Amino acid sequence: MSAQKGREITISVLKFNPRSKVSKPHFVDYKLEETPGMTLFIALNYIRENFDPDLSFDFVCRAGICGSCGMVVNGKPALACRTLIANYPEEKLTLMPMPAFELIKDLSVNTGKWMDKMSKRVESWIHSNEEVDISKMEERVDPDIADQTFELDRCIECGICVASCGTILMRPDFVGPVGLNRIARFEVDPHDNRTAEDFYELIGDDNGIFGCMSLMACEDHCPKHLPLQNKIAYLRRKLVSLR
Amino acid sequence: MKINYCDALVIGGGLAGLRAAVAAQKKGLSTVVLSLVPVKRSHSAAAQGGMQASLGNSKMSDGDNEDLHFADTVKGSDWGCDQEVARMFVHTAPKAIRELASWGVPWTRVRAGTREAVINAKKTTITEDEDRHGLITSRDFGGTKKWRTCYTADATGHTMLFGVANEALRHDVDIRDRKEALSIIHEDGRCYGAVVRDLITGELEAYVAKGTCIATGGYGRVFKQTTNAVICEGTGQAIALETGIATLGNMEAVQFHPTPIVPSGILLTEGCRGDGGILRDVDGHRFMPDYEPEKKELASRDVVSRRMIEHIRNGKGVPSPYGYHVWLDISILGREHIEKNLRDVQEICQIFNGIDPADEGPKGWAPVLPMQHYSMGGIRTKPTGESQNLKGLFACGEAACWDMHGFNRLGGNSVSETVVAGMIIGNYFADFCLENDVTIPTATIQKFLDEQDKYLDEILSYNGSESIFKIKNRMKELMDEKVGIFRDGPHLEEAVEELKELLVKTKQITVKSKERAGNPELEEAYRVPKMLKVALCVAKGARDRTESRGAHYREDYLKRDDVNWLNRTLTSWPNSDALEPEITYEPLDIMKMEMPPAFRGYGAKGMIIENELSAKRQAQVDEITEKMQAEGKDRHEIQDALMPFELPMNYKERNERAGDK
Ligand SMILES: Cc1cc2nc3c(=O)[nH]c(=O)nc-3n(C[C@H](O)[C@H](O)[C@H](O)COP(=O)(O)OP(=O)(O)OC[C@H]3O[C@@H](n4cnc5c(N)ncnc54)[C@H](O)[C@@H]3O)c2cc1C
Ligand code: SF4
Ligand code: FES
Repeated sequence: MSAQKGREITISVLKFNPRSKVSKPHFVDYKLEETPGMTLFIALNYIRENFDPDLSFDFVCRAGICGSCGMVVNGKPALACRTLIANYPEEKLTLMPMPAFELIKDLSVNTGKWMDKMSKRVESWIHSNEEVDISKMEERVDPDIADQTFELDRCIECGICVASCGTILMRPDFVGPVGLNRIARFEVDPHDNRTAEDFYELIGDDNGIFGCMSLMACEDHCPKHLPLQNKIAYLRRKLVSLR
Repeated sequence: MKINYCDALVIGGGLAGLRAAVAAQKKGLSTVVLSLVPVKRSHSAAAQGGMQASLGNSKMSDGDNEDLHFADTVKGSDWGCDQEVARMFVHTAPKAIRELASWGVPWTRVRAGTREAVINAKKTTITEDEDRHGLITSRDFGGTKKWRTCYTADATGHTMLFGVANEALRHDVDIRDRKEALSIIHEDGRCYGAVVRDLITGELEAYVAKGTCIATGGYGRVFKQTTNAVICEGTGQAIALETGIATLGNMEAVQFHPTPIVPSGILLTEGCRGDGGILRDVDGHRFMPDYEPEKKELASRDVVSRRMIEHIRNGKGVPSPYGYHVWLDISILGREHIEKNLRDVQEICQIFNGIDPADEGPKGWAPVLPMQHYSMGGIRTKPTGESQNLKGLFACGEAACWDMHGFNRLGGNSVSETVVAGMIIGNYFADFCLENDVTIPTATIQKFLDEQDKYLDEILSYNGSESIFKIKNRMKELMDEKVGIFRDGPHLEEAVEELKELLVKTKQITVKSKERAGNPELEEAYRVPKMLKVALCVAKGARDRTESRGAHYREDYLKRDDVNWLNRTLTSWPNSDALEPEITYEPLDIMKMEMPPAFRGYGAKGMIIENELSAKRQAQVDEITEKMQAEGKDRHEIQDALMPFELPMNYKERNERAGDK
């Protein structure tokens, strides 16, 4: 075993249980020794197992794939499982739950509920009247179009863009960058028969495509580097020309 | 306390559960899906490589068909699988992938013209024909005769899961997340739903249904070192086991992967070694050629894993705060190659370990260690997906032992199984729900609810000195050390005994917070005993199976024993106070096989204790085949004569292919 001693770091966590009558939001500091490759996933589990069995947070894949672990780290929303403590020279990390989502407890927020509503709102599925015979050859798709669809399909619904978004603060019903990206994704997919008019019906208002103030934070923070601003601008141009 | 009624209850919202739910909902049943987390976050999202289906579109997969996929799957299973189920599977897989395409999964497509590929570490040029342009393409994977694995870049599981989840939304499937099934409601050998805990409010509810389908994924997290998501704790298998009626099949069949990164356990794809990456030890020495001079790093998954552990045991591992590991060196492939072809691996190394694997010398080496990867075992079912013993309980996906993987599953066959099983089992499940009613009295449902309610109170009243986290960690270590890649009688015996002690200790803890809601320690306190039961099924099954088959490797019994062990392990837990499961065996009938047992095609020869029936059945198969070929019968007719199988819907229809004559 390595004898090298890691630096001492402080993880400061906002604790609050909205379902308890006595709980009030407050920060708790935990001190621990950093180990090589330590992420917030490792650190928070260590804290729960050794200092505070009552601390709530969400991880699933712990590999930056599933989008469960968004939280605000030193003021910026990020995936906690991808957050390497070594990248923080200041030796102290302050963790808060993401805003814009319903708080469950401590660092755990209900992104699932939000994303469900968003998915239903933008009808996040293929619209087609064709009955496909799955014993027969599949429909051909141009490889470039398939790649383009894939690039937009990579969104993991982590909600970081939503937590970064200025519009959401003023318009709680704003469909958010993630919802607009969804529309952009189905717009390029040749399997989806929806027209620009159909999309206009869904997002052609200030809670949709015309609400965005182009502050760019969504794109800056998106862990999947999706071209959110570009796509929002493209959709806006396309839909504006309809009316 | 609340009782929710529905027609069809699906526990688990990964690929398998969601696809089964769509099948039920489409037949007009009110269908509820329960999941620990929002369903799009299920472990299925993590699959990268792809999904096997014999489309035969691209150059390297031309000529592929169900027969080749079947043969690969049976060999891969080391003849442990149910061949009828494997047939059902390979025949439906092309339909599954085409259905997914129509649901919007953006499969990578064939591009006409030439492109460069690295095959066997050599640059090769492949030319795709014009008439295949735009069809679904496929890539190479271990153990397959053709390039059969369809993919969406390196995020196949993610795109598949979103495609299926969105389809479930389209059909108005009632998806409820942050709901955990705690026990199965049953009476007179018939299942009626589950007792469920809301993970936000802590409230207990009953979900009562005509049929229940468990699709809760694998049990990788009973091991310490695993590539699995943190929710893969095997509680679905455990609640089936705790009925005392349903059985689990082949729980000792656990697959290990050679190159997850340490400590996070995130997978670095097999492509690293495929492209020419090498393994190094504490001295920087490349050790694989010492053990496997012929195939070196490219020996099969289980062989490489075993050699790595052997070398670490020989004192050549690299010490770290997280235990010993070896190095994976891909810098020798050159920066250009890595940044183009292994982008994901580079990103994982950078983000999680602060290493750039393209840096030359020790600086760029990534720490790797073989880890648990896949659970072949699960809830034992009939080919329809229904439990063999508990009527109305179905299972599909990694949670089930349906059983097309036997003792080793091939890469790409698992996400494929999830959707294919969701289609096949989902339809049989739906039919069951259409034909049967709920006949259980409310009082019985209340009894099951009260039991769980009392159990949670009991846990909160424990007053002992043990820590549930320590018990859990000890279980995980024990499974790695004694029930891991290398197994032998004495260690397995020790493991069984200590797991039993740990199970006793789970009642000697104290849970600090007495809150019913938002109490992670309470959740551990009721999950860990379940995990220990699953672990005991694995350990005891492995202890008793005195042979080596597929991923189950016994150092004291090196041969595959087709005379004594051509069977499936069944574990059950009939007495809830018992500290270990009961084990029985289910024989595999060679005389009904389409492909009788033979050499797997890799690993050392002569390592099989042969069953004389194998040769007898092979002679029969040859005779029937020759005769029918002479009569001009086609491969489908011959197959049907050798081993008939059935499928629901119109899934038995022949699959059209671009290469059809
Ligand atoms: C890193 C990695 C890469 C992989 N890559 C590939 C690949 O390239 N190709 C391939 O074929 N396979 C691959 N696999 C395997 C494959 O991903 C899985 O076997 C498959 O996705 C399992 O799907 P599932 O639907 O059975 O279960 P899961 O996706 O695990 O879903 C389980 C569901 O059950 C729910 N659940 C669990 N317990 C409960 C409970 N008690 N109550 C309520 N709900 C519960 C969970 O919330 C979840 O929704 C990979 C696996 C790993 C770990
Ligand atoms: S667009 Fe990016 S930030 Fe927003 S939810 Fe998707 S992956 Fe997360
Ligand atoms: S836990 Fe899945 S993205 Fe962080």
